[in-house]
Amino acid sequence: MRARIGQSTLATPETWRAAARRLAEGEATLASLWGDEGGMRMAMTKVGEALHVLDFACDDGAFPSVAAIHAPAGRLERAACDLFGFAAIDAPDARRWLDHGRWPVRHPLGRRVAHDGAADPYAFLGAQGAGLHQIPVGPVHAGIIEPGHFRFHASGEAVVRLEERLGYVHKGVDSLTRGANVQRAAILAARVSGDSTVAYSVAFARAVEAALGIEAPTRAHGLRGLMAELERLANHFGDIGAICNDAAFSLMHAHCGVLRERTLRAAQAAFGHRLMMDAVAPGGVAVDLSAEGTEAIRTLVREIRSSFPGLVRLYDNTASLQDRTVATGVLSADLARRFGAGGVVGRASGRDFDARRDHPYPPYSDLGFKVPTRREGDVNARIWVRIDEVFESLDLIETILARLPRGPVRAALPSSGGPREGFALVEAFRGDVFAHVRLADNGAVARCHLRDASWFQWPLLEAVIEGNIVADFPLCNKSFNCSYSGCDL
Amino acid sequence: MRETLLQGVLRPPLTENPPADDDPELLALAATVKAAAERTLGRSLAIRHVDAGSCNACELEIHALSNAFYDLERFGFRFVASPRHADVLLVTGPVTLNMREALERTYAATPAPKWVVASGACAADGGVFAGSYAIAGGASTVVPVDLVIPGCPPSPATLLKGLLALMKGRAK
Repeated sequence: MRARIGQSTLATPETWRAAARRLAEGEATLASLWGDEGGMRMAMTKVGEALHVLDFACDDGAFPSVAAIHAPAGRLERAACDLFGFAAIDAPDARRWLDHGRWPVRHPLGRRVAHDGAADPYAFLGAQGAGLHQIPVGPVHAGIIEPGHFRFHASGEAVVRLEERLGYVHKGVDSLTRGANVQRAAILAARVSGDSTVAYSVAFARAVEAALGIEAPTRAHGLRGLMAELERLANHFGDIGAICNDAAFSLMHAHCGVLRERTLRAAQAAFGHRLMMDAVAPGGVAVDLSAEGTEAIRTLVREIRSSFPGLVRLYDNTASLQDRTVATGVLSADLARRFGAGGVVGRASGRDFDARRDHPYPPYSDLGFKVPTRREGDVNARIWVRIDEVFESLDLIETILARLPRGPVRAALPSSGGPREGFALVEAFRGDVFAHVRLADNGAVARCHLRDASWFQWPLLEAVIEGNIVADFPLCNKSFNCSYSGCDL
Repeated sequence: MRETLLQGVLRPPLTENPPADDDPELLALAATVKAAAERTLGRSLAIRHVDAGSCNACELEIHALSNAFYDLERFGFRFVASPRHADVLLVTGPVTLNMREALERTYAATPAPKWVVASGACAADGGVFAGSYAIAGGASTVVPVDLVIPGCPPSPATLLKGLLALMKGRAK
């Protein structure tokens, strides 16, 4: 096992399993489970407490399965085993997750073994009963969306079981960041999930800054907040419209599309890129906000405030649309809590968590804002949480603009001068992104692990669709809007 | 609903003018097109998008082509759900090894004559992911590519010019 760098605790098999049991009992939330040089690492969060990281040295190439005790760890554990070649003892699911057998190598980040690239067979979970049939969907889908495979077992129209198989867009981000300099790793981090590029850049930057013990300038924090809220607005408009479109209500889609486009144009005017890719950099931000940029954002906020309430009324008053969204795809509060479902998915099922408020970081630590929640857990609740968050984001943008100080926007990065590591938890539009960055003596990235909120949301989609009709799957899926690329890495 | 529909009638359209015929970006893209689609299929092209490993930023901007500002369908383009109905495959992302067979099979399922457009820096040559053990490379390592649209991601305006270039080909 590599030299340890403080912050984390070395676990024995007993303390490792005890930690998994604490997660299962709800005393803490799993932030991530990932492989590192020589072992496995587990990060846990508890509101009001610092992040707790546990290390398990896989000296004999194995570790006690966390998934055996705490199911939400399952896919993270399978992914880490694929990449590092560790064995999870007593794992409930031994199938490979990211590795479809098509790479020229097994365990690309661990003990590398050459492989012929012949695809592995994959045994889908079954469902038995009279009249059941299977519907295989994907990886190439009918719409303009990312690839993944959905295996439905249906009884007539009702879904009996859905099983997801992902990993199709695995690009090897973990391997590409290893040994890269911080600038190159930041570019890769910004492309883990394009729709959350700002959140990922902030998460990566904060982890690097934590490792180096520096803080970005105050103005940079404000600009990061502006970008993050613009990103949230753009995605929420896109999602609200797209969910309605999946219920064949294209009017809402068209109008939300206009607001999304206006948001992206304001982002282009203010930060030089429609999605604000690479605008956040370790140490601060790469672009400063000009007077014209400020005006573009102010104009945008005015436009949204004048037109969005009408769209909310349109949604609220259209019974035929609500007929599709109300009571569809219900996620129970218990499942949301057990899986630590972040973002809209968790908050629409009563999980009152937002990394901006509960593990505060600037600029949010100085800002008051509401975290909207609902209890119903259906598609309608997920739409309403998004609607309420739009208004919160508008308020946040106005407050940040009003308080934005003058000054530098980027701090120079000191040399690492030894092995260091840092962690960060940042709220993206779809939930909390966890980042771990370990730097080597020469300042290069030795390990970068980025965990999307979708890791804990995708499995819940399987639970939510059960008993719903096949035709409501697009609605449920869109109301979750999980990232494929963010989990496939 | 009446309120929203009425406003839609009273307000001027948001749709913007198409790029000029002598737009330099359009001409540069058109110069790389060997066989313009219009000669064979006229002004109607069915597009099937294939994400072969993208980070999903390209998809967001392809989606934007259908919004009121760009209104892609007025030019005769439309997105279709099956490669069987497609004339053009719009490929995004570096082709991951996990998606390679799916892309090959999608190409095989598209009836000729067909065109392939590689959209974005990753589909061009693997982009920032080039060199990974999990990547085959740009789209052209797996299927023949007729046009590359640059950008990370290409903006809707650039995508539109690329598709028009594919349709019209080189200026006379």
